[in-house]
Amino acid sequence: MLRLNLILMILALTSAIGTVASNHRARKMYAEIEHEQARMRDLEVEWGQLQLEQSTWAGNARVEQIARNKLHMKSPGAGQVLSIDAGKP
Amino acid sequence: MKFSHSPLLSQALPAWRARLMLLGLLTSFLTLIGWSLYLQVFNRTFLQEKGASRYSRVIELSATRGRIMDRHGDVLAVSTPVKSIWAIPEDAKLQPAQARALAALLEIDVREMNRKLASDREFVYLKRQISPEVADKIALLNLPGIHDQREYRRYYPTAEVTAHMLGFTGTEDIGQEGVELAFQATLAGKPGSRRVIKDRRGQIVEDVESIKVPLEGKDVILALDAKIQYLAYTNLRQALAENRAKAGGIVVLDAKTGEVLALVNLPTYNPNNRIRLAGAQLRNRALTDTYEPGSTMKPFTAALALEKGRFRYDTLIQTAPGTLTIGSATIHDAHMHGMLTVSQVIQKSSNVGAAKMALSFRPEEMWSMFDSLGFGTPLKLGFPGEVGGRLRPAKSWRPIEQATMAYGHGISVTLMQLAHAYLAFARDGDLVPLSLTRMDTPPLTGKPVFSAQTAREVRAMLELAVLPGGTAPKARVAGYRVAGKTGTAHKLDGGAYANKYVSSFVGFAPASDPRLVVAIMIDEPSGGAYYGGDVAAPVFSRVIAGSLRVLGVAPDAATSTLQAAREDEEPVRESM
Repeated sequence: MLRLNLILMILALTSAIGTVASNHRARKMYAEIEHEQARMRDLEVEWGQLQLEQSTWAGNARVEQIARNKLHMKSPGAGQVLSIDAGKP
Repeated sequence: MKFSHSPLLSQALPAWRARLMLLGLLTSFLTLIGWSLYLQVFNRTFLQEKGASRYSRVIELSATRGRIMDRHGDVLAVSTPVKSIWAIPEDAKLQPAQARALAALLEIDVREMNRKLASDREFVYLKRQISPEVADKIALLNLPGIHDQREYRRYYPTAEVTAHMLGFTGTEDIGQEGVELAFQATLAGKPGSRRVIKDRRGQIVEDVESIKVPLEGKDVILALDAKIQYLAYTNLRQALAENRAKAGGIVVLDAKTGEVLALVNLPTYNPNNRIRLAGAQLRNRALTDTYEPGSTMKPFTAALALEKGRFRYDTLIQTAPGTLTIGSATIHDAHMHGMLTVSQVIQKSSNVGAAKMALSFRPEEMWSMFDSLGFGTPLKLGFPGEVGGRLRPAKSWRPIEQATMAYGHGISVTLMQLAHAYLAFARDGDLVPLSLTRMDTPPLTGKPVFSAQTAREVRAMLELAVLPGGTAPKARVAGYRVAGKTGTAHKLDGGAYANKYVSSFVGFAPASDPRLVVAIMIDEPSGGAYYGGDVAAPVFSRVIAGSLRVLGVAPDAATSTLQAAREDEEPVRESM
C-alpha cells in the first residue's frame, strides 16, 4: 500500500514539474517567434526603402542625364538603324 | 470517583444554548455561501476583467498600404514608416534646456513649440512625419508628456512625371487623387489588434486571442509603362516650352488591349512636396477638362459616311468655293481645294467637305455614333472630377450645328475620350474599355462601332494625312508607317471664339497593324505656331518613335519612307 502511494506521488510530481517546464519552453519559443516576426516587419520596411532607393537611382531622368552628359551617348539617327528580320532571308 | 459519574454531568443544560450555537454556525455558513455566490456568479466578469488587466494587453497591429507599380514591376509609390511627435500639454513640463533640445531635433521654432505646449488642449502634434532616427533620439531625451506615434508616409520616386496618374494620399494615408483614390479600397490595409499576456519585463509570453486580423493593403500593378510615361513627359514639357503654351496633355494607349500606357498633364507638381500647390497644377486635364476637338473629329464623320454606304473613299465632293452657307452661318476652309475625294477631305482637312458629308445624315444617326464612341459620358476610370463632355440630344440639333460638329465644333470631349474613340480605327472598328491596370488576359474583341472595312479605309485616309500633301508631315516616324489627324480649334472664351487655340494630334502606329494610340493636346500655344501639324504633330512623332522602340515593335515602312521622313516640308494648312 505504501509503495503504491509512493509511486503515485512520484508520478504526480514528475507530471507537475513537466507541465511547468513545457510551459516555460512554450513561452520562450513564443518570445522567439515574436522576435522573428518583428524582424520580418523591419526587413519588409527596409525592403520598401531599398526599392524606393533603387527607383530613385534608376530613375529614367537620371539615367538619361548620365547617358547624355557623362557618357556622351545619343539616340541613333534615321540612317543609322539597321533592322534585321528574323525568319526571312 | 470517575469523571463520568460526576454529579455535574447529570445536570441537564438548557436546550437553547445548543440551538443558539447551531444557529450561529448556520448563519456563518449561509453568509459564506452567499458571498461566494456573489463573487463567483454575479460579479464574475468584472473580477475576471480586473484580473486580466493585470497581465493581458491589447496590441494594435498596423497594416501597410499597398505599393503601386508600373507594368514591369518598378515601384511608383511606396509607404514607409515615419514617426509623429505628439504631446499632452498638461504633462509636458519641460525645462528650457529640454525644450531647446527638442525643438532643435524637430527643426521647429522654440517659441512656436512652447505656444503649442501652453495650449489647453489634451493632445497636440508637435511635428508629423519625421524620420524614425530622429524619433529615436527624441525618445532618448526621455521627456515627460512627449510621445511618438508610428505613421506611414507615401513616397513617389517618379515625382512629377507620374503625378496626375498616381495622385497622392493625405496624412491619414487615404487616397485623395488619381490612382490612390481610384484604388483606395484595394490599396488600403485594415489595422487589426490582438490580446496577449505580458510578463513583468513587458515581454509577450502568450497569444491569447486575435481580436481582428490585420489586412495588409494589396499592391496595384498599373498598365503604365514608366519609360513611355517618361518619354511623353519630357517631350510634352519641351513642346510647351518651345511653343510657350499654357498647358498640355498626352495620353498613350495600347491599341491591342485598351491599357493606358501613359498619362501626362502639364503643368504638374511634385507629390512628395506639396506645399504651395496651385489648382492649375493639380488639374488632371486629360480627364477633367473638355475642349472642342476640332478637326480630329473629321475621321468619325468620314467613317459614318462610309458606314452608311452613301459615300465611298473615292466619292467626289465639291468643296469649291471653299465656303458653305447654312442658314445665316458660313463655314470656311483655309484654302480652296475644289473637287476632293472623301480621302482627300481628311488628308487636307476640309471643313466644307466634312460638313457636306454630315448633312447627309439624320441627326440621330450621328448622335448614336458619337454616343457609341463614348462621347458625352464619363469614362468612369475612378478618377475624381471625370467629365463626359458636351453632346446635346439629337432632337435639339439645327443643321448648322450638325455641320459644325462634323469638324469638331459645338461638341466637347476630354483628351482621354478622344484617344479612346480612336481605338475604333486602330482596331478593326471595335472599342474595348480602357484599363488603368495591367491586363493579363486582354479582351479579344470589344463593342463594334464601325465595320472592319470602314476602319481599314479610315486608317488609309489617316495615313495620307501624315504624308507629304497632308496636314501633318511632321508626325512621321522613320521606319514606321504612322497615321493620324491634326486638330486646331479656336478656344471658346466667354461664349465667343477668341484668338486662342488648342492644338492637338491623335494618331496611331504602326499603320499596318496599330499597336499604340497617342493623343496630344496643347493649350494656347503662343510661340507663333499654333497649327496642330506644327505644334502637336512633332511631339507625336517623338513620343511614338521612342515608345515603339521601347516596346520593340518591328518597323513596317520601306526605306524610301525613311528618306522621306528626313525631308522637311511645310504641311498643308488645315481649316478651323
